[in-house]
Amino acid sequence: MAEFKLKIRRYDPQSGAAPYWDEHTVELEPHRSVLEGILQARNEKDGSIGVRCSCRAAICGSCGVRVNGKPGLACHTHLDDALASAGEDGVIEVEPMGNMPIIKDLIVDMDAVHWKKIQRVTPWLIGKEPVPEREYIVSRESMIDVTQSMACIQCGACVSDCLSMEVDPLFIGPAALAKTYRFVGDPRDAAHEQRLKDLGEDKHGIYDCTHCFKCIEACPKGVAPMNQIMRLRRIAGNDFHIKDRNNGERHEMAFVKNIEKNGILHEADLLPDSYGGKFHPRAVPELISSLPIVMTALLRRKMTPAKALLHPHRAPDGVKKIYEIVEGRDERNEFNLYISGTDADNEPNPEVAAAAEVAEPAAVAPDGSEGSSA
Amino acid sequence: MKVAYWPGCVSRGFTSELHGSMAAVAPMLNIELVELDRANCCGAGVIAEHSQELADTLNARTFALAQQEITQGADLMMNICSTCQGAQSECQQRLDASADYRAQVNETLSDEGLEYQDGIINKNFLWVLVEDIGLDKLKTLVRNPLTDLRVGPFYGCYIVRPTDRLDINRDQPRDEYLGQVIEALGGTVIDYAGSHKCCGFPIITMNKAASLEQAGRHLGDAVDADADCLVTPCPLCHLNLDLQQPMAAKQVGRELNMPVLHLPQLVGLALGISPDDLGLQHHIVKPTSVIDWSQAVVGGVGGW
Repeated sequence: MAEFKLKIRRYDPQSGAAPYWDEHTVELEPHRSVLEGILQARNEKDGSIGVRCSCRAAICGSCGVRVNGKPGLACHTHLDDALASAGEDGVIEVEPMGNMPIIKDLIVDMDAVHWKKIQRVTPWLIGKEPVPEREYIVSRESMIDVTQSMACIQCGACVSDCLSMEVDPLFIGPAALAKTYRFVGDPRDAAHEQRLKDLGEDKHGIYDCTHCFKCIEACPKGVAPMNQIMRLRRIAGNDFHIKDRNNGERHEMAFVKNIEKNGILHEADLLPDSYGGKFHPRAVPELISSLPIVMTALLRRKMTPAKALLHPHRAPDGVKKIYEIVEGRDERNEFNLYISGTDADNEPNPEVAAAAEVAEPAAVAPDGSEGSSA
Repeated sequence: MKVAYWPGCVSRGFTSELHGSMAAVAPMLNIELVELDRANCCGAGVIAEHSQELADTLNARTFALAQQEITQGADLMMNICSTCQGAQSECQQRLDASADYRAQVNETLSDEGLEYQDGIINKNFLWVLVEDIGLDKLKTLVRNPLTDLRVGPFYGCYIVRPTDRLDINRDQPRDEYLGQVIEALGGTVIDYAGSHKCCGFPIITMNKAASLEQAGRHLGDAVDADADCLVTPCPLCHLNLDLQQPMAAKQVGRELNMPVLHLPQLVGLALGISPDDLGLQHHIVKPTSVIDWSQAVVGGVGGW
């Protein structure tokens, strides 16, 4: 048994009082969870602490909280690990998740944000017609691929920490977009293109993600939502050539072509090209609005007109060759670590091999003969 | 030490003061820079979004060029851009994972006579400062300690997440290095909400309001925490935090005037290099507080 100090963020919006910190000392073995600590405090010290939980085994997704500022499941965080990431005072801080309204203390309103967004993306399989007479056979790779997003337990940890949602609450967000990939990556689904077009039409869809990796870091189940969002962009742009309302696909292609031409990025071209080119009606207001900054930058000699307008750098032949070969392939060659694993993962485990060798005599038939007819 | 030096694209474009300040600081830290001038853009995550194989092959080409320098005596590959660090590490993770995949990529590079061998060490200048030069050594080189300068660290997402890929752990807290460096240079580290958040730059052409809102909010938090300036190892963050700061200020409806320094500039000031030689005059937000302060200390410390 050891003592742990928990500092719990308390807030009851209906009371009209401001949020405050509430400290309790609990006594538990170090391998016990933060959730057990919170429940001990509630059961023995203060029955009014609001916390939601059910399975206590990291599968129901009910007890999402922030421990020392990082989101996760309270039942899946050991007290000793939480203490190690605590501040110098050795107090474990427990707060409600972010980006969602607080109902009471550690309980956030998942319906108001998380579930609305999940419902937004048509979270069910739209089957292909005609329905096959027997099983629909899916390749092993496709199945493993979608199991990554299927591993989601809807705990909301990624939503809690999404930095785009922090400034744009309308962003569909990491959980719902990972759910979208669960169907867009599923060969049995008939609506890949419609799903992606729908997200391309929504200004708060797949191109509102800033690549900040917060959701990858937050997820207790390894769903890596941001990776699924990048797959959605790849399929939307390359397979269906969907022109989205954020200029996302245009920006991506402008970038890819910029490097093919210059080898290193020529920024002065990237901005107008992302809007369709210097003279495109979409680009003109953007360029005008950035004129004051351009003028200041020229005055401070941050850039010179020559550097902005000329193209001093040309892509080396090696870069052009890479584009020719890779972009010339009939099919995208995508190495997915989640499906393939690393060479080290795939090496035969010596212990398993040794165990198999020991087990081999068992193949001998019960009567002692080595017959294979059994 | 000698490094195969990848400056990235933006440090030679819109933030050329970064490239210049690195060149000014390197000899004082005894770093010999062998610039990889034939290498190419890392793709900044955008090329990978289009085609992973294209991004992996382009970065394998840069790695192969760096390895040529490493066989000729360079200790490792060094970059000065958080985004390069993150995008290159992501590609390296795939390239190093599978000999079969590496062979396919090397087949594409073979025309140019290049080959990437797994396991290259590629570190941002920030990591080199702490892990290879060392904070104790850095402290001995300081001529103008940044006494009373209140500096907010701004890392850039790509250099702090995901922690497993970037080997960030309790023994190697790379996500705390900026604070350690600021302290070693004699400055005060400012704790504010935005230090490890996203500057918003990747969506500046896709959702300008959200992008500027992010930059403006973090800058505002730094103002509220009484920071004199921010320091960043990422030139893309610098674009949103400095170049776009007037727009970000408009977006969040408040005055900001928060100078943002590149990491080599902050190091250079403490090592006694003049603000002009570090290119501080090129910034959009004039680093007045920083420069006035450093000149005052130069006067006060005299021939120290």
